[in-house]
Amino acid sequence: MEIFEILLNVLSWIFVLVGSFLMVLGAIGILRFHGFWARLHAASVIESGGMIFLLAGMCLQAGDFLIFFKLAFIGLFLFITGPTSTHALASAALLDRSKPKKESN
Amino acid sequence: MKNVILSFTILLGTWLLLSGVYKTLIIAFGLFSVILTIFFVRRMDKFDRYQVKFDIRFFKFIGYFIWLLGEIAKSNIQVIKTILQGDKNINQKMFYKKTTQASDIGKVIFANSITLTPGTISVSIEGGDILVHSLNFKETDLDGLSEMDKRITNIEVSK
Repeated sequence: MEIFEILLNVLSWIFVLVGSFLMVLGAIGILRFHGFWARLHAASVIESGGMIFLLAGMCLQAGDFLIFFKLAFIGLFLFITGPTSTHALASAALLDRSKPKKESN
Repeated sequence: MKNVILSFTILLGTWLLLSGVYKTLIIAFGLFSVILTIFFVRRMDKFDRYQVKFDIRFFKFIGYFIWLLGEIAKSNIQVIKTILQGDKNINQKMFYKKTTQASDIGKVIFANSITLTPGTISVSIEGGDILVHSLNFKETDLDGLSEMDKRITNIEVSK
């Protein structure tokens, strides 16, 4: 039982640290890239990788089914709202710029 | 009737899981809200018969989701490499990708999946095509998108 708890703690710490690391990398990317579109891609590292790892780490720390469920719920909604907000930004930017030539692949 | 029972179970389950306070009064409030919500939804149905169809196979969707998590991990590594190398030599490109999904929900899942994997963003849907912006475009990316497209068409309920 003791060893199981230690393992769980170590695993959740790894997840939280990896998630934080991805968040920092995404922030560096936003500062480092030039232009709107490249920065949008850097931000998507934050909202996919960073978010998943942080929530997974917190889920392991929860220890309570209700809190676990709430965190999973937050993750589910971020999976839907994250791309939606990115899409809103992108299509607003598209109004400003010329579209590429239409060719389907 | 089937729909009422299903939505009652889902709504009440959500209430119970999110509240965490199990006193008689609070649960009674929950029951009341759920019944009121179902009453309103049924009433609205009479005015507006538009229904959102959710024609996807649930278990196949779970399988797809797990595959998507793997793809997200892979493309995260790609984008992190680009971040560390800087954006001197990247090849940004916008292109149209054809979709093969029949239903709206399938197209939504496809567009959301494209945005969720870092490195590609779906900008808009025009008819059957999705306008995709790619951070570092390679010809092999198109195969990845086609594979994703095929998998999503696969989880749709075929008619």
